[in-house]
Amino acid sequence: MKGLPEILQHSKNFLNGIAAAPGLTMGKAYVFAKEALEINQNEITTDVADAISLFNEALEKSQKELRKIFGFAKEKMGEVRAAIFEAHLMILDDPVLISNIISRIKKEKKSPEFIVDDEISKYQQLMFGASEHYMKERALDIEDIKNRIIRNLQKKRWQSKIPLGAIVVSGNLTPADTILFTKSEAVGYITDHGGLTSHAAIIARSLNLPAVVGTHNASEQIKNDDMLIIDGFHGVIFINPDEHQIKYFTQKIKHLNEINEEMQGLKDKPAETIDGRKINLLANVDVSGEIDLVIANGAKGIGLFRTEQIIEEFGEFPDEEEQLKIYSDLATRIYPDSITIRAFDIGGDKVRQFDLQEANPFLGLRGIRLLLENESLFKVQIRAVLRASVHKNVNFMVPMISTIQEIIKTKLLIDECKAELKEEKIPFDKHCRVGIMIEVPSAAVMSRDYAAHVDFLSIGTNDLIQYLMAVDRGNDYVSGLYQEFHPAVIRILSHIVYEGKKSKATVSICGEMAADTLAVPFLVGIGLDSLSVSPSAVPSVKRTIRALEYSKAKKLAEECLSLSSEEEIIQTIEKFFKDNLIQRTRNIL
Amino acid sequence: MIETTVKIVNKAGLHTRPAATIVKLASKYKSEFYISKDGLHINGKSIIGVMTLAAEMGSELHLTFEGEDEEQMKEEIAGYIIGGFDEL
Repeated sequence: MKGLPEILQHSKNFLNGIAAAPGLTMGKAYVFAKEALEINQNEITTDVADAISLFNEALEKSQKELRKIFGFAKEKMGEVRAAIFEAHLMILDDPVLISNIISRIKKEKKSPEFIVDDEISKYQQLMFGASEHYMKERALDIEDIKNRIIRNLQKKRWQSKIPLGAIVVSGNLTPADTILFTKSEAVGYITDHGGLTSHAAIIARSLNLPAVVGTHNASEQIKNDDMLIIDGFHGVIFINPDEHQIKYFTQKIKHLNEINEEMQGLKDKPAETIDGRKINLLANVDVSGEIDLVIANGAKGIGLFRTEQIIEEFGEFPDEEEQLKIYSDLATRIYPDSITIRAFDIGGDKVRQFDLQEANPFLGLRGIRLLLENESLFKVQIRAVLRASVHKNVNFMVPMISTIQEIIKTKLLIDECKAELKEEKIPFDKHCRVGIMIEVPSAAVMSRDYAAHVDFLSIGTNDLIQYLMAVDRGNDYVSGLYQEFHPAVIRILSHIVYEGKKSKATVSICGEMAADTLAVPFLVGIGLDSLSVSPSAVPSVKRTIRALEYSKAKKLAEECLSLSSEEEIIQTIEKFFKDNLIQRTRNIL
Repeated sequence: MIETTVKIVNKAGLHTRPAATIVKLASKYKSEFYISKDGLHINGKSIIGVMTLAAEMGSELHLTFEGEDEEQMKEEIAGYIIGGFDEL
């Protein structure tokens, strides 16, 4: 059977986007387009008092709707994240806004919808005018409130009921829309805009539904009732697929279901090689909703929680209590297994919260460098992590370490926070483990020395490879040079494990490389203690580990370390899979 | 009428949660309350108004209170802002 690349080569009926939530599904499209509201600008012909009571009714109706959504959101997304709806509810109760609108209706005798639109838009203009990124998002959020009141004034039904079991296609999905569609059992989401942290993506992942976002124009290309296939693994959508495509994906879905069933059988089995070497198989978590999938797929804990995503979701820095709530919830859910919380890795391409003008952001103020420049912000996070550690299952990890001074300064700050908490009589785990990411070549070289100062090392392969190969993998001209199996890459990985283990530190890997089943025998062979992969990759990695013999994997690793080209290394590993009759999930998918 | 100028001391600035808290605090009092910043003059009892203030750390807000309970109102609200929104 042909693979996806061949199919794509011979097809024109597909769109690419960001693979925001894994899974495969076929279904009918429901294109959700918010009709542009037509605002009646006429003067009111009836009594002014009638117009005002119409406005009050619309407000009440809007409040009722939002309260319902708020309740549903709390259930689906948790209280902290649902707080955005609470602020929206307060706007519907804003005495200044409401009395301004009412007095303008009386004075200008224009239709209430015109006044509502005009009055709220004034505030939005002010927000759009601000230079801060989050103010623009705030203005868009308020659009939702404004349109809700206007729609209720026009007594139009809020378009939230959609055909059952549809794939929702939209330009953008507001939090409220996304929450409501889940009630109609939507089976997948496609949006023109947005990234991994858009509301559609977050909810799709937490519900285990496939989603492709950032397609640019899917909502124009796709019509209602078009037959769609979503490949949430690769971020591809087929529109009105032909016979071959349907056949291919029907097979794939069948395989996927079989694999899922087989994998389900593995859920409670350990990630252990045939000859008894136990690997700690953990999951990486971007947004807290993914925890369900982490547990369902049988990971033994969270090896990496990327906290910077919280900032994107909040649109601003979450305070200590907000962070504490998120960390505690995750730590409680995963208990008795543990969670490793990584400090905000901001800068580079992640989170444009600080409008830094840097010629070369990836080599600039990011990760620990930025945190140490903003100590009070860093301390808020450290305190929240420590407070979440009361059940002794929380580890704290620091990104982008390149010098030993950064480790020492970080540990001093942690000690400072511990002393403060003690003084305030707030409980925390005195022995909360502290580790560092090894993702800068200088730290990789110095692994032994750095390991002596911390409890664990965690290798971030994505950045390590990028910095080692001097290649931006997002840059099409050079992305071919981003080689996971380049001999320098695998030799440095082996060096980190070997050197790191000379101290008591444990060594794990949390980059995407660990999720590539092809890399698993090598990674196990060099002696890594734990692998942390995306939740959806846990079963396939576990299956590969269980099919391995550690003694053979060690020999394979030694052989690979003697080779000098990526091609030879890949061939050697592929041969290893064949010789040992280990099936690769990627081949089936 | 009493006036005071306060500085935002929080790293995250005046984000949504403290904005909502300021409005909730203000609505307990009878006095009028206004916030001025960069030429914007906002009624402090209006959430949508307060949300238009992009006030990052270090920026200054000019507060005015007028009415029978202006003293207590100033104490509580200015205290909340200077104290770092109970977040520090």
